[in-house]
Amino acid sequence: MKVLITGISGKLGRLVASALIERGHQILGIDRRPWPGAPEGVEMFNADIRKRPAEDVFRTRRPDAVIHMATVSHFESHAEERYRINLKGTQAVFDNCHKYEVERCIFVGRHTYYGAAPDSPLYHSEDDPPEAISTFPELADLVAADLYAGSALWRYPELKTTVLRMCYTLGPSHHGTLAQFLRGSRVPTVLGFDPLYQFLHEKDAASAVTAALCEGSPGVFNVSGPQPVPLSVLIKVTGRTNWRIPEPLFNSMLGRFGLPRLPPGAVNHVKFPVVVDSEPFQKDTGFQYSYDEVRAMEAFASI
Amino acid sequence: MSLLIDDEIYERVSRLDIPFNRYGLDPYGISRDHLGFFFTSLGWFYRNYFNVTAIGLENIPEREGAFIIGNHSGGIPVDAGMVLTSLVLDLDPPRLGHAMVEKFANKLPFLSQYYSRFGQFTGIPEHAKRFLREGRLVVAFPEGVRGIGKLYSERYQLTRFGTGFMRIALEAGVPVIPFAFVGGEEAYPVISRLEGIGKLVGAPFIPVPRHIIPVPVPISCQIIYGEPMYFEGNGSEADEVIFGYVAQVKARVASLIEEGRELRRELFSGEIVLDEDDV
Repeated sequence: MKVLITGISGKLGRLVASALIERGHQILGIDRRPWPGAPEGVEMFNADIRKRPAEDVFRTRRPDAVIHMATVSHFESHAEERYRINLKGTQAVFDNCHKYEVERCIFVGRHTYYGAAPDSPLYHSEDDPPEAISTFPELADLVAADLYAGSALWRYPELKTTVLRMCYTLGPSHHGTLAQFLRGSRVPTVLGFDPLYQFLHEKDAASAVTAALCEGSPGVFNVSGPQPVPLSVLIKVTGRTNWRIPEPLFNSMLGRFGLPRLPPGAVNHVKFPVVVDSEPFQKDTGFQYSYDEVRAMEAFASI
Repeated sequence: MSLLIDDEIYERVSRLDIPFNRYGLDPYGISRDHLGFFFTSLGWFYRNYFNVTAIGLENIPEREGAFIIGNHSGGIPVDAGMVLTSLVLDLDPPRLGHAMVEKFANKLPFLSQYYSRFGQFTGIPEHAKRFLREGRLVVAFPEGVRGIGKLYSERYQLTRFGTGFMRIALEAGVPVIPFAFVGGEEAYPVISRLEGIGKLVGAPFIPVPRHIIPVPVPISCQIIYGEPMYFEGNGSEADEVIFGYVAQVKARVASLIEEGRELRRELFSGEIVLDEDDV
């Protein structure tokens, strides 16, 4: 199968590409960032997914399947840029998939779609609404991209679309939203709150994407692995210091004293859990994680 | 072992049918150590302060899920804690009940954090359904905050029962186990509800007891569990059907309350003496 991966130079993109090459697939990659030392079998295109050179890749190379993971979080980009990349980019990818008769498309989204609030349930099913737009307004572009990707299921029924709402990833690469939050030696938490955090080892995350492409059905699926752990345990096991900050001071402390910078809406996601139920995905694809929560944390901490 | 955790209670907590991981945490973030501390503290109240007697524990299933439904009372709801404690201390094998907590509690610092570690989550249908499907015990008070706001003059009168629990029990296919908690209204006799101050701290109201200091007084309490009640249906029945079922549960709780008050009168008049062999 000829698989086009957008955002291939990201950590997850690289891992997915390598896993697919091992399975004997041909890989095309689009990214604005280079991938020095890309393995043989990966053909790289330095392009922006919203621009004509990216469409040229679709037109001339005619991929059978597309894995779209060129999305960015608040750690990497400002609001306008996020909106352009996440929503407009997703639109461009699906338009091209339709125009150039791609058979299969996987959108790699995030479990934070569900948002975190005092009355939100533990273990979201795929039917739960995207509360992130009110609990964490800075995630609105990602929520919109997720819903837009999902709408391809009825707009382009011939394009077999899968939307993955993947929990955080953790691993030796230190890439990803959760890793960014844990980057420094001090991690800010809100005094009196200790939510569950759900994550997958980055290698397991890559094999989940691979499983969705090779074994999965079209549809919307939550993706998670081992059981979640309280944030305080995550901080302790990864060797960080837990800075418990009273809520009124929380936002003004961020970005100082070596604490990470977070958007104002992030406080809900530091107070309350986002935990998803991924049983339908496991049943559909047979995906099983190989790193439990302890090994995933240790893999992150050991570097 | 910490001074705050009783060895015997910790042993009972370890026997709970819960899949703890290497850190003693389950998939809901329930913590074995936190439970040990929780039930050590509640156990002291259960055994020494309120001297609780639990009757009819044989009605609680050993493994399957059940919805445990009873009357709410006493300003500061000690009833929930005492019911949960009876399931761990006096039931064999011990079981963890999941009380459906009022929504405001999860907004408050510390309460939010510790309730989660103790397995007590916000009372939303998703949580109840999930726990029942997994064969766990869910404890709920269909009177809700209406129940704990009952004035002393209204004691042991049941207020309106919500009907959500019945639809959930039917959908999950589990029985309802009715119970009565007797004594809570004497332990914390509410004479006034301060709604303005309550709103300031995010609570529906502050209940003022007759003895003014907002702490329950040590008074012996009783919990009487009734036989499981099974209902026909899948949860999508018309309101009239559900109202009928709920009325049956409410009537059963009311009659258990009467049994309990009768028992109290006998206990206090010295006609009978309960010791462990009788229970």
